[in-house]
Amino acid sequence: MTNVAKVLVVTSGKGGVGKTTTSAALGAALAQTGKRVAVVDFDVGLRNLDLVMGAERRVVFDLINVVQGIAKLSQALIRDKRIETLWLLPASQTRDKDALTEVGVGNIIDELRGKFDWVICDSPAGIERGATLAMRFADAAIVVTNPEVSSVRDSDRIIGLLDSKTAKAEKGHCVEKHILITRYDAQRAALGEMLTIGDVLEILSLPLLGIIPESREVLRASNIGSPVTVSGAASAPGRAYLHAARRLCGEALPITIPTDRAGLLYKLFGRRAA
Amino acid sequence: MSMFSLFRRPSSAPVARDRLQILLAHERASCGQSDMLAILQQELLAVIAKHVSVERDNVVVRMDRGTTVSTLEIDVEIPTSITFEATVREQTGQPRPKFKIV
Repeated sequence: MTNVAKVLVVTSGKGGVGKTTTSAALGAALAQTGKRVAVVDFDVGLRNLDLVMGAERRVVFDLINVVQGIAKLSQALIRDKRIETLWLLPASQTRDKDALTEVGVGNIIDELRGKFDWVICDSPAGIERGATLAMRFADAAIVVTNPEVSSVRDSDRIIGLLDSKTAKAEKGHCVEKHILITRYDAQRAALGEMLTIGDVLEILSLPLLGIIPESREVLRASNIGSPVTVSGAASAPGRAYLHAARRLCGEALPITIPTDRAGLLYKLFGRRAA
Repeated sequence: MSMFSLFRRPSSAPVARDRLQILLAHERASCGQSDMLAILQQELLAVIAKHVSVERDNVVVRMDRGTTVSTLEIDVEIPTSITFEATVREQTGQPRPKFKIV
């Protein structure tokens, strides 16, 4: 069987909605099933995927070094210490994003396609060079959205770019697009303080990949440098991401919003500090 | 230690603080010379290439940044059944080359 790699961009337009958390969590979830996964950080100048995945002390070469031919791809890829089919290609911390070229990125993506089952491109915020190059060669896109007006508006803008500025779109094909709603707070949504899932989906009219509940586990995971699907696989966001990964692989799982089961002591004492 | 801390999971914030301190200390120190490792690798390879021919595919560069000392490990696979391995101490300024004949 020939290897048919899928290039997936995780994008949003708006910053701080959870692109990097999502890239790490889905990358780890897919790799846990034995698939070979490369997660590529496109946030040149402000890399953070290495930190969120706990590989920040092992970065030697980066994406720009490979684009410029200073290092080979195999030298820049960092293997995850926990999951052996998971690899990270870090962004450069000190260079300018203009050092990325379309040809250079295209060559790297082609090479990654030959070695991996999934190539996950973690896009920077915004709609400039880094973001457009992250989506340029994508087969599929996850648009990460918070149930909040500015995030939904930016998602709509990004969907427009996915339909016009990607290599697939220019050839008359369509990038497969999914919405992933993150930082969802069921209590606030019930009180009418937050856009509902229905509102978001109606406005963006794209299929829903999953709903990731707002949770302390996400911060804990980034604190210790481990994808939430590894360090908190049983937690609400961990389960939500694991389900989203299975849907990405084609499983027809019903969409649910997992909840954290709070311990008795936390129920009695934990809330007092908040 | 209070009674309740027995039941609580160890907090993750101190881990986050330690990781950031190490990372930022390195990033601030190496500002503007991010390609030091790339240059070092190329120069080392140029020296090695004077004596033996080495495929770039057979060079593995690994790094581990620590609080007081960082290690840069360069593994060069030489096709004549001789393995050359050099470990360079980055911060102590004490190069400790190590040769291993297999």
